[in-house]
Order: sequence, then structure tokens, then C-alpha cells
Amino acid sequence: MDLYAGVDVGSLTAKAVILGEDGSRLGESLVRTSPDFAESARRALGEALSSAGSPGAEPRATVGTGYGRASVPGAARSVTEITCHARGAAELVEGVRLVVDVGGQDSKAIRVGPGGRVEDFAMNDKCAAGTGRFLSAMAETLHTGIEGLGPAGLRSRRDVVLSSTCTVFAESEVISLLAGGEKADDVAHAVHLAMARRLAGLVRLVGAQEPAAFTGGGALNGDLVRCLESVLGLAFTVPEKPQLAGALGAALIARESGPR
Amino acid sequence: MSAFARLRYRFVRDALLPAALAFKGGRRKSRPPDPLFGPPLKSTADLRRIMARHYALARHAKGAMPVAWVTSGAPVELLRAFGFYTVYPENHSALCGARKLGPEISAEAEARGYSQDLCSYARVDLGHAFSGRTPVGSLPAPDLLFCTNNICQTVLYWFKALSREHGIPLILLDTPYLHGGRDETPAFAYVEGQLRGAVTDLERFARKDFDEKRFLQVLESSRRASQLWGGVLETLRRRPAPMTIFDAFVHLMPIVSLRGLPVCERYYEGLLAELRDRVERGVAAVPGERHRLLWDNIAIWFALGPLARLFAEHGAVPVVATYTHAWAETAHQMDLQDPFGALARTYGGIFLNRDLAHRRAFLETLAREYAVDGAVLHSARSCKPYSIGQYDLKQSLMDVPGIPSVVLEADMTDHRVWSEAQARTRLEAFFEALEGQTIRNSSGPVNA
Repeated sequence: MDLYAGVDVGSLTAKAVILGEDGSRLGESLVRTSPDFAESARRALGEALSSAGSPGAEPRATVGTGYGRASVPGAARSVTEITCHARGAAELVEGVRLVVDVGGQDSKAIRVGPGGRVEDFAMNDKCAAGTGRFLSAMAETLHTGIEGLGPAGLRSRRDVVLSSTCTVFAESEVISLLAGGEKADDVAHAVHLAMARRLAGLVRLVGAQEPAAFTGGGALNGDLVRCLESVLGLAFTVPEKPQLAGALGAALIARESGPR
Repeated sequence: MSAFARLRYRFVRDALLPAALAFKGGRRKSRPPDPLFGPPLKSTADLRRIMARHYALARHAKGAMPVAWVTSGAPVELLRAFGFYTVYPENHSALCGARKLGPEISAEAEARGYSQDLCSYARVDLGHAFSGRTPVGSLPAPDLLFCTNNICQTVLYWFKALSREHGIPLILLDTPYLHGGRDETPAFAYVEGQLRGAVTDLERFARKDFDEKRFLQVLESSRRASQLWGGVLETLRRRPAPMTIFDAFVHLMPIVSLRGLPVCERYYEGLLAELRDRVERGVAAVPGERHRLLWDNIAIWFALGPLARLFAEHGAVPVVATYTHAWAETAHQMDLQDPFGALARTYGGIFLNRDLAHRRAFLETLAREYAVDGAVLHSARSCKPYSIGQYDLKQSLMDVPGIPSVVLEADMTDHRVWSEAQARTRLEAFFEALEGQTIRNSSGPVNA
């Protein structure tokens, strides 16, 4: 059977999704990115093919996306992560009109039209504020680990204000808050609220509307999702494994367009 | 001014430079043809010679004639009537940016306390004033400064700093910001009054009487050059476009720095003839022209080449820009019957001196006339007056003519705020959306 692959090489993780001829999801993977983007892509693709029960198989078409999109071995095409996230989210959330994606290196808001087409998008500027890097830095300062940051925020009982979303300034602000006796849980929630306000700014540039999907690694942070929902007054759907939306979109494009 | 310096200037202008430039021009190697682009413009060789001559002559102007440093929106016709050699710091800063020297030279100003948030043209120019660093050998120190605040308010403080640094006088032409729906007559009368006052100041400074006949000649030359430049831009309405706006950014230099001089008119006569010939023969600047785009704001000088390639790879051709039109849009107002009123309206009424509603209408007109499918709005980090309101412009382009656009964050000369990978992602995603489909063949070699 012909297989179609989408490989999303991001700044922190590389993801791959394998689709069958009928569009069924057969396999997937998520690995940490090494400094060698081509090697990371190869590893992600290899693991995804293994999980599809076809180790070593040669996909009929592969599409690369993400920052390392030009480094995906054997890819017939490279497509930006904006286009791929929109396409992937449209598959996962029926009739989706808005996608918010928080990745390691950047965050974006995408207005989506019929068929998962990109109508407009906005991205963070050249700065780590509002990205996964910001969350990692905060998790380190708060000693929660990246997985523990969301649950910590959800446990918060007291409103604390964090004024800065600059990663460097926010870090010193967090330290001052902790030194002033604030609880780590409350500070974690303040971090999410500050970031949600920044993301809301991107969303408003393209237009807030439903149905809305939250993708990328940032969507795994339940408190961040809740904060964004309350700031915007919108309900977000978080698909299962939201980090894979870009790779899924790339695989769908590979299947639609075939080999070069 | 010394007689010896004048003699030396004439010798350099009439004998030495023509010979040197002919020699240098003849030795330039031609590059192999690039399949992404049409044949290079022949006029580019002339442009190089003209600009090299301008900066080379500038070095010998000091002492031979009064030297004025002026802003891009200054009524240079007045200064030319008095025989000034004029230097455009903005043009020089753009040149430094194109040579990727922006951060290095502006660091000289930053080290003296000028914030990195200030206009990078100003920082590069002040950095040059403090350190003498420039890729053009040297610039003649100014004897006089002439500043018009029709493009922004920063120029006033920038030129005041130059005035202090050099210990020389500064003439300011204050052009009130024009809000739509109000009578503009008082504003233009105020500007006209200052222009007449400037003549008196210049007479005193240059120690000679104002030569009105010479002034009218310069004004006529300036008007003709602006019209020719408008004609050059109009050829880009044709499909396929005979050159791109990235080319126009480079060919803009004479109309900025040399208008009012015969060389400027001659240059644009040649360029216009070449472009009309291209249109007739159907020669495309980008053979695979698919998307016609509008560009807003100043060029990203340090990335002009890579951007031209990236656009061409996607068949995207920028065919019109608000920036390049700035030197053509008010040319028709140069009425020789009322020269001072004409100057006041020409320089007081440029689009950067008008409100957002005017800019929106201007953008929509250009979009319609040049039949564009999309727009790229360069948000220049350090040029606030030009970049403010772009998200509103983006929205109105989408609402009325239904033109999608993308905002590209960069700067005109400071590449420290530039991220090539981020810019590429934004532009490629925009081109993918323009394709109306989600796929595209990657043009580069695929790693195996």
C-alpha cells in the first residue's frame, strides 16, 4: 500500500505522521530535535514508519514543514508550518475558522477558510515572548518542569500580576514575586495570563472566531488554554496530540499532491 | 570659497572623472544570466556611473561651492538656484545599509547615547558624522543644513544634532501635518511664507542675490524629472512588468539626490526608453510572473537581493510601492506661473505628511491601477511614522478591494532586527495562501 508522510522539523521537536492511501492515520512519532536537522527528520520519519508497521518503507510522497522544512530527506516539497497547521487543524476540528499554534520558536494565529486554506495569519515578532521558549524558561525558574507548569497554574487560588512578557525581564520579575512570598502556583498562573494576553493580541489581528483550535506543544498546558479562553471569550478545542497538527497537515498535502 | 578649489572642482568634473569612470565602466564583468530573472537593465551601468560621479565630485566640492546637507523632502530647487552642492544623508544611510554597514556605523552614535529605538537612518548618519566612517571614501562636511519635517519629526532633532556637531546654521521648513477635510490653504500659505524667508536667509548665507531665472530653470528640470520618474513607474502597470519595485528602489537614487540637475532628466529619459522598449518586446523582469504585489514603506536595503530572489522563486513580482511613488505623485503641482506656491504644495502635501485616511485611499488607488493581487507591508522597526497604522491599512485592503497582505517586520538599514528564517516563513506562507492551494514545488535542491 502507498504511504504518505508529513515531517515537521521544529526548533525543539521533530514530528512525523504517516497516512495510508485512504487517508487513515497509520503511524506517528515525536522526537527531540538535534542540531542536525536532517538527522532529526530522518529519525522522526523512521520511528513513524515503524509505528505504522512498515519500518524502512519508502513513502510515495513526503512533505517537509517547520523551520527545518528544507532539510527533510526525500521530501518532494516543503510547505510552511502556517499552511500545514491550518490544514491539519481543519482535519482535526470540523469547520475550524481560527487556529492558535504555540511552538518552541514562535506562536501564530491563523484565520482558516474552507478546506483548511489560510486566509490570514499573524506571528510573534523576533522575540521569545509568547513562545514555548518563554514557557520553558518560566518552568525552569519555578522548578515545575514544563509538564508541571499547566497543573501548577490550575491549582492557583490567588491573582498575581506579571507585567512583562519579555523572557528576560519576566524571569527576574518571577524571582522577585517568589522572593516576596508569592506561591509558585499563583506565579505560574500569572505567567499564563501574561502570555495569553499577548497571544490574544495576535488573534485579534486576524479576527477572533469559532470554531477555534489550539495546536502545538503549548496546547498541552491546560492553564494557558483556559487563560486564552477567558481573555478572548472563545472556546478552544485542543486536539489529541496537538503537537502533531503540522505534521498531519503536511502528510495530507503529500497525499493530495502526490510525488513531485 | 576659493578660486583654486573651484578650478580643481571643474578639472575633476570635466576631465578627470569622465576618464576614470569610462575606464572603470568598461572593466565591469558581466554576470552569467540568471534563469529566475529577465535580462538585466542596461541603464544600471549608467546609474552606477552617475552615483559614483556624484559621490566622487562631492569630495571636491568643499571650498569650491557651498555644501548643504538636506533631507529627502527638502525644496532642493531653491538651493540649486544658489549653486549649492547637496548631499542627502538619507541616501547615504541607505547606501550604508545596502553594504550591510548599518549596525557598525550606527554603533558610533549609540556609543554617544543615541538610543537603538531611534531612526536607523539618523543613527547611521550621526555615526558617520562622529566617526567619519562611510563606504564612499568621504563626504564633504556641510556648510549649511536644510531640513523639512514633511517626512517625519525626527529629522528636526537629527539635523539639530548635526548643526551642533558641525557648528553651522540650520534652516528649517516647517510643514504642518495635513488632516483630511480641512481647508489646506492656510497651511500652504504658511509654508510659502517660510520659503520666501528661506530665500532671504540663503542670500545672506551665500552672499549673492537670488537668481529667479535660474530657479525657474531648476524647477522646470525638477518637474520634468519627476514626470519622467512617474512614467518609469507607469511601465510597471504592464503585464509582465518590465522591471520590479526592487529594481525601482535602486533606480530611485537620482530622483532623490539629483533632481533639478540635467543629469537626472537625461538618466530617466534613457531608463524610460529602455523600459518602453521592453514593454513593446514583452520582456519580463521575472519570466514566471504570477502574483503582482504592492510594497509599502522604505526598502529593506540590506536584504534587497535575497528578497528579490525569494519573490521571484514564487513568481511574485512587486510592481508598485508607496515609497517609490513619493517622488512622482506631486510632480504635476510644479506650476512655473506660481513657483513658491507650487513648491509649498509639492513639498507640504506629500503623502507622509497626510493622515491615515489619505494613505488608505492612496494605497487603494495604487492597488487598482497596478492590478495587484496582494500587498507586502514592511513594518520598519525604526521608522515609526511610516509604519504606524499598517494593520489598519491591511484590514482596509482586505475589506474593500479584497487584497490579502502580509506584514514583514524589518528595518531599512539595521539588520540586527532582521531574522531571515522568520521573514522567509512569513513570505512563503503568504505566497502559499496567494496560490489558493496548499502546495508548491520547492525550487531548491532537496537534501538526500
